[in-house]
Amino acid sequence: MSKVRVLVGTRKGAFVLTSDGKRNNWDVSGPHFAGWELYHVKGSTADPNRIFASQCSGWFGQVIQRSDDGGKTWTQPGTPPGESTTGPGGMPKGESNKFVYDDSKETGKPLTTHQWYDGTQKPWAFKRVWHLEPSLTDPDTVYAGVEDAAIFRSTDGGKSWHELAGLRGHGTGPKWQPGAGGMCLHTIIVDPKNPKRIFVAISAAGAFRTDDGGATWRPINKGLYSKYIPEPTAEVGHCVHRIALHPSRPDVLFMQKHWDVLRTDNAGDSWQKISGNLPTDFGFVIDVHAHEPETVYVVPIKSDGEHFPLDGKLRVYRSRSGGNEWEELSKGLPLRDCYVNVLRDAMAVDSLDKCGVYFGTTGGQVYASADAGDNWAPIVRDLPPVLSVEVQTLA
Amino acid sequence: MIRVILPPHLRGLAHVSGEVELEVAGQPTQRSVLDALEARYPMLSGTIRDHITQQRRPFLRFFACGEDLSHEQPDAPLPDAIASGTEPLLILGAIAGG
Repeated sequence: MSKVRVLVGTRKGAFVLTSDGKRNNWDVSGPHFAGWELYHVKGSTADPNRIFASQCSGWFGQVIQRSDDGGKTWTQPGTPPGESTTGPGGMPKGESNKFVYDDSKETGKPLTTHQWYDGTQKPWAFKRVWHLEPSLTDPDTVYAGVEDAAIFRSTDGGKSWHELAGLRGHGTGPKWQPGAGGMCLHTIIVDPKNPKRIFVAISAAGAFRTDDGGATWRPINKGLYSKYIPEPTAEVGHCVHRIALHPSRPDVLFMQKHWDVLRTDNAGDSWQKISGNLPTDFGFVIDVHAHEPETVYVVPIKSDGEHFPLDGKLRVYRSRSGGNEWEELSKGLPLRDCYVNVLRDAMAVDSLDKCGVYFGTTGGQVYASADAGDNWAPIVRDLPPVLSVEVQTLA
Repeated sequence: MIRVILPPHLRGLAHVSGEVELEVAGQPTQRSVLDALEARYPMLSGTIRDHITQQRRPFLRFFACGEDLSHEQPDAPLPDAIASGTEPLLILGAIAGG
């Protein structure tokens, strides 16, 4: 019997929601790391029992947690309780929390500046990990997207991290600027057919791609139009909120930008707007059906100034044609007095025969649909504000 | 024996429930106590002091013997009552919110 595990990161801890394949009855465990912000919790495809979590706090900084038993128990990689606190060479452990920009001559890039809100330049400074993306094939390899925007990689299960400095060192860095939530690298997608190709997205710099495993990167923002920046078609500076792809077609990506929903059919070389009949094309999340590469989901949000659903009605929109034609999905969702938001990492799909779709809200609800979005029901209603939702489909 | 009281979030992270007791050679200072703390509980590295700058995190404070020691130099001697273990060093999360 198949099983589904939903990993939920919130403002005050992590929760693990599990169900059998029917997805009617759910067991809720948590809060794990109570009182801490969990920006992202994601399981490894290569070893589903291995789950990585980004735990942080304005008081105590960044911590990385790992579970090797499907979320039942957690340790900071390299420092499990009861183990020696030093490594074989006598060096102290505790490196798993350490994210240091690589400015070495050999592998790094100089620590330059990016644009600040007031237009001045400000040096890069690490703040937190927004997104953890495990390798699709190696359970010890995981990527981290951080604020201020950069990508790190661990090849030892999260014990130590090294920056892939070619991205931060891209010559356009001084033109990158923080979005309202900070200058975060929030999306990492590893091409399932070519592990040397990785896509990332940064608010507010845009989307970037590497074709050589992270050594060099290039902006892939042609076709994006952002009227709120000095040059609306600039190479960088766009506030990309989220990108998603279907594993069978890694050249086709879908994007929810600050405003506009877009797609590319050539791995980001050029984008076309597919907002079509959406009631508003502002939003944060976007995801793709597990079995239908042209079926895409978004949650329209009223505007950048009003981060809640239009008319107080929480609705998912689905396109079965790869964009432009969208249908409202609202059965089981609140259709009055609903003023929550759905943040960029808070939607995911499972891969059961009838694709399940899940999303979490800033009101603490996690909604699930076991029939590709036709009908919805809350799994939980009263969690802390939800920051991220990921799903594991287990045999 | 130096006694340290951690804020609840860090007690959870370090898997301890009460005070922490540390051996510190010589006259204890903020730096030597924190070095000893992080050596014994490496999961606390970076949570009290920044990994790189070794500066106290802005929302944390150090108190002892009814005094706020947060702005003392890292290598300044801690009060005798801390050195003797009569009084604990308190690491507190600042009250922030609204």
